[in-house]
Amino acid sequence: MSIAEKYTDEIQAIFAKYPVKRSAVMPLLYLAQRAEGYITKGAMAEIADLLELDVTEVAAIVGFYSMYHDEAAGKYRMQVCTDLSCALRGADAFLENLCQNLGVKVGETTPDGLVTVEAVMCLAGCDKAPMFQLQQGDQVSYHENMTVDKTMELVEALRKSSKQVDE
Amino acid sequence: MPHILLRHRDIPDIKNIEVYKQNGGFESLKKAVTTLQPKQVVEEVKASGLRGRGGAGFPTGVKWSFLPDNLWPHYVVCNADESEPGTFKDREIMTYNPYQFLEGVAIACYAVGATEGYIYLRGEFYPIAEQLDACLAEMEKQGYLGDKLFGTETSIRLKTHLGAGAYICGEETALLESIEGKRGQPRLRPPFPAVVGLYGKPTVINNVETLTNLPYIIEHGAAGFRQNGTEKSPGVKIFSLSGNVANPGNYELPLGTTFRELIFTHGGGIPNGRKLRAIMPAGASSSIIRVDDAVFDKVMDTPMDYENVQSVGSMLGSASVILIDDTHTMDWVINKTIHFFKHESCGKCTPCRDGNYWMLHLTERIHAGQASAQDVKLLDSVAAQVYGKCLCALGDFSTMAVRTAIERFPEDFEKVKA
Repeated sequence: MSIAEKYTDEIQAIFAKYPVKRSAVMPLLYLAQRAEGYITKGAMAEIADLLELDVTEVAAIVGFYSMYHDEAAGKYRMQVCTDLSCALRGADAFLENLCQNLGVKVGETTPDGLVTVEAVMCLAGCDKAPMFQLQQGDQVSYHENMTVDKTMELVEALRKSSKQVDE
Repeated sequence: MPHILLRHRDIPDIKNIEVYKQNGGFESLKKAVTTLQPKQVVEEVKASGLRGRGGAGFPTGVKWSFLPDNLWPHYVVCNADESEPGTFKDREIMTYNPYQFLEGVAIACYAVGATEGYIYLRGEFYPIAEQLDACLAEMEKQGYLGDKLFGTETSIRLKTHLGAGAYICGEETALLESIEGKRGQPRLRPPFPAVVGLYGKPTVINNVETLTNLPYIIEHGAAGFRQNGTEKSPGVKIFSLSGNVANPGNYELPLGTTFRELIFTHGGGIPNGRKLRAIMPAGASSSIIRVDDAVFDKVMDTPMDYENVQSVGSMLGSASVILIDDTHTMDWVINKTIHFFKHESCGKCTPCRDGNYWMLHLTERIHAGQASAQDVKLLDSVAAQVYGKCLCALGDFSTMAVRTAIERFPEDFEKVKA
């Protein structure tokens, strides 16, 4: 199903927000990411059509902003901040231990396809490091003052809830 | 003293609109719209001496007065892209005290005659944007936004716009590009956004914390606002304290509070019996202040305001104070900051794009102990060639820590290949 069919009302509301059609490109890309977990070539073409843009222009925006993804990854992207403030509070060691526990390297996905672990730039959570955000489609949640144990519990909970949904 | 900006710390449920109203909420907006001319609001804010809290410290009322009154419509855009490493104050305001912030945005709209305002949030603040959308709907329902506000002819509508992970969009012209649906790359100035801004129209761009001060200024007047802070840096400021400190967090304190009071009275000092070695008072964009025994008292007794932080060789910026203890060396620190800036350089200006690429190579090599003394000189030279040669401040910011680290901590750069 196309994005236009799937999110008709939301798209109308997005267009109503701006005096210029092109301004809708970022919110529409988030909808595309919600639909498939990442932004497919087909979605880019559809958004380009809706906004009367060249598909290259849409792809350039996808490439520019780090929260848009044009490739599939795990169901959740676990994005650990390793910038200066967090690193001063042990974020690098946290990330390393977490990866060991999950059996992946930074940038890799757990074998069951649940979690992709990534290192990202500052998330404005500096006082509560180690911290990360979980990105799923267009949604984001913060997890702060984390330990590897707490994170592994969270991963277990995500695993259970995904299984229930699948069943 | 009760908080002025972080009022939720005194009134926990202030994010509930009824609680906000019971505590004077929207009275300032009503006072402005029903009893003051827009120009009077601008004059009051000018007289208050409020300076932009996003980092530049430019006087807010003066910024507003640059909008021409023969070009319409005007836009107000709130910069809620908070992305400087070490800064996490706007997030707390918007999460826990949203209505005071939104009332501030509405007052700014009234002051400059804007009927539409956009709030640009970094994409990571998705849950905050959802909450603000709900708050805006509630305000519209209760008549604090929309048409005929308080029975007058004033109309104000506010909308949120989510970024998608790009530090550069905190730069005001890149932010405008991003709302317009383009890659967030800075514009050449002039023309300035006050004349040619969003959709080519006169635009005011203010930071979240700046705008959250406005209800207080309208309620208490310029003189009331000036009860806190210094003559040139009036008011309170939220200091985001992070790094090697016992109690990291946000602290709302008068501008001009000393480093000592922030770090030791509020922050609880340096943990694990370590010594403070360096301070970055403006996040990753800071010149690094060296704190050793010879200058310890001088630095600690320095008032943190826009003027005095310069006297110890740095700047206040957005007051994101990162503390670094004596277990860390500056070759590691600048490797971190350059890693950040290399990732966040938008690529438009060659000195910043290529300069950060080479600076990253050099800092990696230096930090790994695989560099020659010549590489340290080369790093300093590359930084010097980036500085002052780009369209926006990101290029300059990327060089501040590098150059001051090499200059002020030479012993950290001696770990080089023979």
